[in-house]
Amino acid sequence: MIATLVNTIGVLLIIAIIWWFWLGPRRGAAKTVAVSEQLQIVVKDGVYEPDHIRLPSGHAATLHFLREDPSPCSEWVIFPDLEISAELALNKETTVEIPAAKPGKYPFSCQMQMYRGTLTLE
Amino acid sequence: MAREQQAAQTLFRLSGVSCAGCVNKIESAVQGVAGVQDARINLADKTLKVQGAAAPQSCIEAVRQAGYDAEVAKSSERQRREEQRAQEERHYHQLLWRSAIALGVGLPLMAWGLITDKMSVNSFADQLAWGVMGLITLAILVFCGGQFFSGAWKALRHHSATMDTLVALGTGTAWLFSMLVVLVPHLLPEAARHVYFEASAMIIGLISLGQALEVRARGRTSAAVEKLLELQDTSARVLRDGKEVDLPIEQVQAGDQLRVRPGEKIPVDGMVLEGGSLVDESMLTGEPVPVKKGEGDNLAAGTLNKNGSLLFRAEKVGADTRLAQIIEMVKNAQGSRVPIARLADKISAIFVPVVMIIAVVAALVWFNLGPDPRAAHMLVVLTSVLIIACPCALGLATPMSVMVGVGKGAEYGVLVRNGKALQQSCNLDVLVVDKTGTLTEGSPRLTDIESEGDSDELLRLLASLEQGSEHPLAEAVVTAAHEKKLDLQKPSDFEAITAHGVMGVISGKKILLGNSKLMQRENIPLGDWKARANNLAEAGRTVMYAAVDGVMQGIIAVADPIRDDAAAAIARLRKLGLRLEMLTGDNQASAEAVARHLKIDKVHAELLPEDKERIVAQLQKDGARVGMVGDGINDAPALARADVGFAIGAGTDVAIESADVTLMRSSLHGVANAVELSRATLGNIKQNLFGAFIYNTLGIPIAAGVLFPLTGMLLSPIVAGAAMALSSLTVVSNANRLRFFKPSEVH
Repeated sequence: MIATLVNTIGVLLIIAIIWWFWLGPRRGAAKTVAVSEQLQIVVKDGVYEPDHIRLPSGHAATLHFLREDPSPCSEWVIFPDLEISAELALNKETTVEIPAAKPGKYPFSCQMQMYRGTLTLE
Repeated sequence: MAREQQAAQTLFRLSGVSCAGCVNKIESAVQGVAGVQDARINLADKTLKVQGAAAPQSCIEAVRQAGYDAEVAKSSERQRREEQRAQEERHYHQLLWRSAIALGVGLPLMAWGLITDKMSVNSFADQLAWGVMGLITLAILVFCGGQFFSGAWKALRHHSATMDTLVALGTGTAWLFSMLVVLVPHLLPEAARHVYFEASAMIIGLISLGQALEVRARGRTSAAVEKLLELQDTSARVLRDGKEVDLPIEQVQAGDQLRVRPGEKIPVDGMVLEGGSLVDESMLTGEPVPVKKGEGDNLAAGTLNKNGSLLFRAEKVGADTRLAQIIEMVKNAQGSRVPIARLADKISAIFVPVVMIIAVVAALVWFNLGPDPRAAHMLVVLTSVLIIACPCALGLATPMSVMVGVGKGAEYGVLVRNGKALQQSCNLDVLVVDKTGTLTEGSPRLTDIESEGDSDELLRLLASLEQGSEHPLAEAVVTAAHEKKLDLQKPSDFEAITAHGVMGVISGKKILLGNSKLMQRENIPLGDWKARANNLAEAGRTVMYAAVDGVMQGIIAVADPIRDDAAAAIARLRKLGLRLEMLTGDNQASAEAVARHLKIDKVHAELLPEDKERIVAQLQKDGARVGMVGDGINDAPALARADVGFAIGAGTDVAIESADVTLMRSSLHGVANAVELSRATLGNIKQNLFGAFIYNTLGIPIAAGVLFPLTGMLLSPIVAGAAMALSSLTVVSNANRLRFFKPSEVH
């Protein structure tokens, strides 16, 4: 009886992990802004908030990062495909200039790749 | 326009501001001050930015009247860095405290378990005692490990999983299971009534300790930028109304006249107006010999004035100085990724959820197929796999090495644009080198003078004649005469004959200087001078015949001399396994003479700028990885085409902006340094990646219990916690070893 219960929980857990991290719909977190608007991305507790940013393509833009997380992993934000990186000051806003680029998805992350976000230019 | 605005912008640090309500009050108060165009508060960092020409004191007064306080913020990069350091220090101590508390509870608990072996719940008394212990551990989890749980929860809501997720799941599972044992021991088989409170506390303690040590070690990786920042002076001595006043560096404007005394640092970029001195530029260029500076010479911020007093005009200030640009570039390059990291990046991206699945599968295997006590084994395996699997070390493997490598390069005057350039520099096959200005000094010099009689007199006559010519070779002749302090005269009847030479009359004598065609035209027999001229031409020199009053008097030879250190640098590059080819617009004979002297494998002479690019492209087509060395501006297309472009010597804004690697000194040794540094960095990255991969690929199966049939033991979650804490620390420490990198030859 217990064996069945434990095994069922285990299998359900695996399905839940697959669904939650890979297959499931991602809700809400995306934020769209116009170029003129000031968008603040808070770096706290291991995540970027918002972690999905939409910007119109073909225009340069400025992102404002506010790092509230003292963990050293969060010290840098890197946009590898845009060849941009910035050192984020703690408890202070750091601006990151995004050059005009082609439409597409540009992931960004911390140095350890633990904090992740996506910038979508459309 | 933007720059003007920046110049008239003052930043204030506010105190007592805590709410959005204060913002309006202060902003409108400051906007009322005469000269203020705009006032904006940033509540996050409690600063007020004022634009306009208002006096800072009036703005502070206005803020005070509104009931708050303000001071002018020195927002220099250095200041910011110091604040950052202080915050890092606080975080370090915080982590140490957390670790000490968690280990303070965990260690005695573990010792108790090892000594008495009484970690099971078999009676009501046990339930009570362990219940209290459970609550104490819960406090540890909340106060010392709270950030792991909040981070995990937040990441989970974002459909992502991080290191926090693994730590929170691991320690949380251990605690929950133990609490279950305490509350309802009768539901579990007797062998599985073991509690693991010590594991939760120990893991939190060890991971916090690992993080603290990592914060320490990381601080050292960015030492290079700190060193560069220290080069920036905080104040400057500016001439205002005929007086010398010390001003904060932020207030110096382009056009200001500044004074630097012996032993002081040059505060901003500028041009010398008065005085002369030796300036030590080693901190910027790696060039150990001080450079003589006089009127009209350029000065760079951060360099050290050695022995004289200099009055100079500020030309570039603030973020425009070359030093500021270098700092910016180094910082940017330090954060960039190298192509080799791609696989590690991909793995890190999906790693945590995969590990969670592995942990559940391993736990189920132990539960269904393992020996008794199954429940306990299942829990140990689940916790250990989760804890040991953190891919942080993998994620850190490349950025830490790149950070140290790029910084180290800056110390030796090698500015690497990004991680990609750093990686590509390590496996080049061919190095294509521009001749003029790279292998040679770039300005022709008189090398030989042979004459029938007094050679100084001949030189005097020829230099007098050449004063009127605009030919580049003429400059070499005139300079040589100046160096010998010969009195020059103005020529009369001066005539320049295209593609032949020049003629004119000096002190009544008709002087001719030019090639053999000129002598033929004037019917002057060359005699045995022709053979002597040929010898010199074979050595790569440009030879000219000189005749006075229709009789051959001698020959002079001009050449662009090879740099003193070129041969040694080329030998070093060949030792590094590079094939060398020379590119030049110069004639074949001179080019070959230089190539012979320097032992260069192949020569491409008489080229146009576009040919250089074509040759690089052809080499690449033949499968070679090509590095190109040039002086940055006329070689731009070829530099851009090459796999790695090394802009040499220039150190100009354009070169810094466009080249993959900029060498601050005009020496090919810089290229050798760059290649050696790149190889050292790549080696370091590979060690890190190997370490991190091995750690995860071996760590997970061991934690899952594959060694159990051999050893009869499972990996303790505590050991897994210690291993995880050590992994990142190992990577960061290994990257720090790069700080001891030294090029094989220091010049």
